[in-house]
Amino acid sequence: MAGPGADEWPLTGAQRGSPNGMRAPGGDHPGSSLVRPYAVTGGRTKPRYQLQIEAMVAASHYEARDLSVLSPECQAILGFCRDWRSVAEVSAVLRMPLGVARVLIADMAVEGLVRVHQLDHTQGRPDINLLERVLSGLRKL
Amino acid sequence: MTSVKIVVAGGFGVGKTTFVGSVSEITPLTTEAVMTAASTELDDLSHTPDKTTTTVAMDFGRVTLDAGLILYLFGTPGQHRFWFMWDDLIQGAIGAVVLVDTRRLADSFPAVDYFETAGLPFIVAINGFDGEFPHAMQDVQEALSVSPNVPIVECDARGRASTKATLIALVEHAMTMQMSMR
Repeated sequence: MAGPGADEWPLTGAQRGSPNGMRAPGGDHPGSSLVRPYAVTGGRTKPRYQLQIEAMVAASHYEARDLSVLSPECQAILGFCRDWRSVAEVSAVLRMPLGVARVLIADMAVEGLVRVHQLDHTQGRPDINLLERVLSGLRKL
Repeated sequence: MTSVKIVVAGGFGVGKTTFVGSVSEITPLTTEAVMTAASTELDDLSHTPDKTTTTVAMDFGRVTLDAGLILYLFGTPGQHRFWFMWDDLIQGAIGAVVLVDTRRLADSFPAVDYFETAGLPFIVAINGFDGEFPHAMQDVQEALSVSPNVPIVECDARGRASTKATLIALVEHAMTMQMSMR
């Protein structure tokens, strides 16, 4: 189920194809520095737009694009999101912190690599019609 | 494709992941959020390489309700220090189930306070270990000092039917709250 790059995250320098496989400074203590998890986002922790944890993500039809230019993380997201998956699932299955998954997915959506479906939460809570649908779905379980 | 979410809150070891797992179509997954003391104010980390971090794990499950609708259940740690995650989680949520162990009622106070303040519909579900419910529901209501409008149900987090019934009670409560606000 997990796509490429899911075995170890973040990918090491060698896997990422950097010159002599060197890791970023501070990479010796996994989890002790914020730089390491956010290296793949260029240090950004804020996604380009609000992405809910339950937002659904699916790969666009991208046959025409050269995917080899994408980072291993983005390729892994595309591979995993052949079916609709939530942001939370991307984070959990591809083992990237939630914040990192959000930044990458938002970037990919802006570039047209993935489609994102989420409710407009500025409206507040799900409306009565949606709640009816949830209720009927739960009763049929 | 539409997705909705329900938050499952409660103290450590009360059975949140068991509850989620009893109805989820996938083995509950774990997502991790990286936080710092200044988590919400930090936009750019390139100048703060020395920031130390804490990782908060959150288990969740997925339930397909119909061909175009998926429900996610997020189990969240109950302590105050994780509230930065709750703010994020409750946005657009249907509501919350506060899972309670009557032997450790105080563990659920923070969650009840938080959801009341946030105006999120919630119900209290007493997880009866081995089918035992030593406290009457009224005692729990008084101890937690929740409004009489907040439903209190008994459940067995291990049982699919029981979890399903608890979720139904929450959605019905959320609908009642919405209609009363019209």
